[in-house]
Amino acid sequence: MTNREQLLAATFVDLADTLVADFDVIEFLHTLATRSVELLDADAAGIMLADHHGGLHVMASSTEEARLLELYELQNDEGPCLDCFRSGRAVARDGLSAMRASWPVFTPELQKLGFHSAQALPMRLRNETIGALNLFRDRPGLMSEADLRIGQAMADVATVGLIQERAISASELLAAQLQTALNSRVRLEQAKGVLAERAGLPMDQAFQLMRDYARNNGRRLSEVATHIIDGLLDDRTLRKRAKPRPGAPPPGA
Amino acid sequence: MRNARVAEILNVIANDRDEWDSLPDRLCAACLSALPVSGVGVALMTADGPSGVVLAVTDARARELEELQFALGEGPCVEASGSGHPVLEPDLLTAGAVRWPRFGAAVLAAGVNAVFALPLQVGAIRVGVLDLYRDTPGQLTAAELAEALAFADAATVVILHLQDHDGTDGALAGPIDSRAEIHQATGMITIQLDVGLAEALLRLRARAYATGRTVSAIAADVVSRRMHFGGSDTENAES
Repeated sequence: MTNREQLLAATFVDLADTLVADFDVIEFLHTLATRSVELLDADAAGIMLADHHGGLHVMASSTEEARLLELYELQNDEGPCLDCFRSGRAVARDGLSAMRASWPVFTPELQKLGFHSAQALPMRLRNETIGALNLFRDRPGLMSEADLRIGQAMADVATVGLIQERAISASELLAAQLQTALNSRVRLEQAKGVLAERAGLPMDQAFQLMRDYARNNGRRLSEVATHIIDGLLDDRTLRKRAKPRPGAPPPGA
Repeated sequence: MRNARVAEILNVIANDRDEWDSLPDRLCAACLSALPVSGVGVALMTADGPSGVVLAVTDARARELEELQFALGEGPCVEASGSGHPVLEPDLLTAGAVRWPRFGAAVLAAGVNAVFALPLQVGAIRVGVLDLYRDTPGQLTAAELAEALAFADAATVVILHLQDHDGTDGALAGPIDSRAEIHQATGMITIQLDVGLAEALLRLRARAYATGRTVSAIAADVVSRRMHFGGSDTENAES
């Protein structure tokens, strides 16, 4: 294997490695950015990911130079990253005049930093584009086909990793919500029982008393339930303070 | 490929024409026909053990056995959920009574000779258990176990889907609501006996077990004040 092939193979192993335990998104994307510069005919590389509203954010860059970071951010208005993210396709222009025609604000800023070429490769899985890999070069002109293919392959592997990580986080969130919902529901019913027995009330009236108290005292129902169970709230206090206070909105308002 | 099989299972139950059955019902039915087992149930679990919420069962006996595990606080679903590992008991006649002193005898009396419980988990969080009951003893083959694990994964996806799309068909809210009286009764018993919640639930379960009734039935009596837990547990103030 040539040096480049060895490095490429090592890069895929590195990217795959980060997919297992202790996945760190930022570290993962930094690996991708750094290796892009080492492997491809590029002098700087940056990764931009979209938020829920479609805003693009720099997540990693091969160099942390502030002006370079600003250049990525500038592409929220215009630039290859934005075009790439919107179209889901690789974006490049052959030569500086073509770049200036497409991106009149971005191109002069790019040149100020000493770059003369900018391209973007989509981070896309099927129909979902989550961001773009931005590649800057000192010289003008297009990148070779071979480099583009390798760059896209790395972006693809990274995308699969990111989407999988997001799916796992989303499932864990739902599972945690279900546990919380189950537990707070159980405590609410237990509190109704405690109050009904202590105050000699039917179950629905016990619940009404809890709800009125919570509403008129700006407390959360789950908090009131916990206090009843723990014996911190007795029914006399509940009854006394369940009525609307002067100035407070009436129940149901 | 387990993921491909999970996707296939989900596809089949999602496209089932029978719109009267909930997704968990359809999943249990599909599991029953795909595996050599006699009954299937899916129960929700909390960190403290069985929540008492049974999402779906294929038959009345499976419901009784789910209910019994909740009443006793012991059994394969408790063990699977507690450990996060599948619990495979292919021979209840030999090992059941040792493993689960009370549940073991009851499950045999119900004609079940093998039981397999698979935890439904997302990361470190265990949301429930898929229980498989079989009349005849014997281990699951490797292929059958793989299939059972695929159904467990599919059940986890179904539960998360229901949590995400709350209230569309009541498949999650309905079974949770149906257990409300148990928790209300538990709260009442803490005052009647001056004990904590865990102890109150234990007394409620014990009363159900001792009288051969379901925990739900006892709870309904407590909430309607037909039954009162007096000073001692042996006292049965049914009037």
